[in-house]
Amino acid sequence: MIEKNVDVLVIGAGAAGLGAAIGAAREGVSEVVIVERDERSGGILNQCIHNGFGLHYFREELSGPEYAERVKKIVQQYPNINVKVEQYVHQIDYRRKEVVVASTEGITVYKPKSLVVATGARERPMGGILVPGTRPAGVFTAGVAQRFVNLENRLPGKRAIIVGSGDIGLIMARRLTLEGVEVVAVVERMPYPGGLERNIRQCLKDFNIPLYLSHTVVGIYGKERLEEVIIAQLDESYKPIPGTEKKFKVDTLVLSVGLIPQSTLFKDFLKIDPWTKGIVTSSSGRSSLNWIFAAGNCTVIYDLVDWVTEEGSVAGKFAAMYVRNNWEPAKFFVEKGQNVGILFPSWYEEGTNLNLYLRVKKPIAEGTIRIKQRNNLLYSKKHLNMLPSEMISIKIPESKIGSGDIIVEVLE
Amino acid sequence: MRVEEMVCIMCPLGCHLTVKEENGEIFVAGNKCPRGIEYGRQELTEPLRILTSSVLVERGDLPLVSVKTSKPVPRKLIMQIMEILKSTKIEAPVKVGDVIIKNILDTGADIIATRNVERIDVA
Repeated sequence: MIEKNVDVLVIGAGAAGLGAAIGAAREGVSEVVIVERDERSGGILNQCIHNGFGLHYFREELSGPEYAERVKKIVQQYPNINVKVEQYVHQIDYRRKEVVVASTEGITVYKPKSLVVATGARERPMGGILVPGTRPAGVFTAGVAQRFVNLENRLPGKRAIIVGSGDIGLIMARRLTLEGVEVVAVVERMPYPGGLERNIRQCLKDFNIPLYLSHTVVGIYGKERLEEVIIAQLDESYKPIPGTEKKFKVDTLVLSVGLIPQSTLFKDFLKIDPWTKGIVTSSSGRSSLNWIFAAGNCTVIYDLVDWVTEEGSVAGKFAAMYVRNNWEPAKFFVEKGQNVGILFPSWYEEGTNLNLYLRVKKPIAEGTIRIKQRNNLLYSKKHLNMLPSEMISIKIPESKIGSGDIIVEVLE
Repeated sequence: MRVEEMVCIMCPLGCHLTVKEENGEIFVAGNKCPRGIEYGRQELTEPLRILTSSVLVERGDLPLVSVKTSKPVPRKLIMQIMEILKSTKIEAPVKVGDVIIKNILDTGADIIATRNVERIDVA
């Protein structure tokens, strides 16, 4: 067993973890170690070979691997960042501030002064949507299918149906089509698509892939391999309408029904949102324990990787400030007002900018987002075409913010 | 006459456009700025897309290198370009930005690598 003291330890070398290491290194700590489970750094970006990343962070449209390479290049400029791959975090002893990591080198017990959690998200599995029928092979989550096709040179099947019209589902519909898989349908239970309009057009309409809104899977059948999927239309209370069933002969079902923050390692000692499973954090990225910070999809599911890297570097910066001088200012609640579904962060810490990310509870064609701290109006602006699927980012500089709890609401 | 409904994707506003072709002339309605006209016109006459895909790599630490077209190409050529990419095989190492195929199908766009693939030599 090796024991190692380190200033900042980062768990996860994806967009958030790399960002955190950069943020911490810029702040000038002596050593930052990133431990990564996969055999390479870059996280999910490695398999997202499509375009559309980096417009905010690099002011240029990049594919996922290009974005990862750019961030890795910045990391390489800092000799005090040590990226270690094929490392498995086994246990965290929060009282002794120890992180136990297994790798081919054996067991290493890190004793970090500050920890940044950047563990990303998991895909919501099939069990999350109770479907009758058998349990044959051929049912994949979108991320697994994407890894097969884009990294391992394997196709999941020949004829596929996709469940969930979020961006990952839409992008996989196109990707599979390009590789010669026949995509017969994309099925969405909501009356509106989950993904961006741009992806509806460029991933579905471009290839004449039908989108069934207000539909769900009601049956999955097959002996060893998937043979048939039955879908049905849903009524307003999301119940299948008898007589609307449609059968598809497919050997593959790709499930894209959302992401869940990967926070189970921390659930015994950090505050976790019981509904989203995200690690609850403040505007500095600090969790409910003063020496542990968190950033990226383990806190809230973001729309843009650019925001993930940015919030990663915020968390890294303040983690480094905590290492240097136990930085821990006063904090105030950031509360959800009417029509706000998802809100990040949960607390505001004095001395930080407030980078707010929110999702509305329901589609709102025209509304005003209002942010108040006591009687002080921090922000009030009209927004058009707000959708739950589209995250809204609002930045309020530190100079405008005083003390007191903050409330965020969307007025119709 | 040809009419198509589409949502402009030039900015996050997402204007709902009605694009009409009549006697060789194209009319765009519903746009809030000039970029909407440009988008509607292009989408109706010759939609352009960046294609991203992958190409086989030999002796690489990955079996595939991800690639993209260096600029948007006509949508109608995408399946044809895919056929070429599927029959292409290159050897590692590959660096981001390496040109793999120059001026594919005379589009003026190159196929370029979007990731590094290290070479592994097996004895």
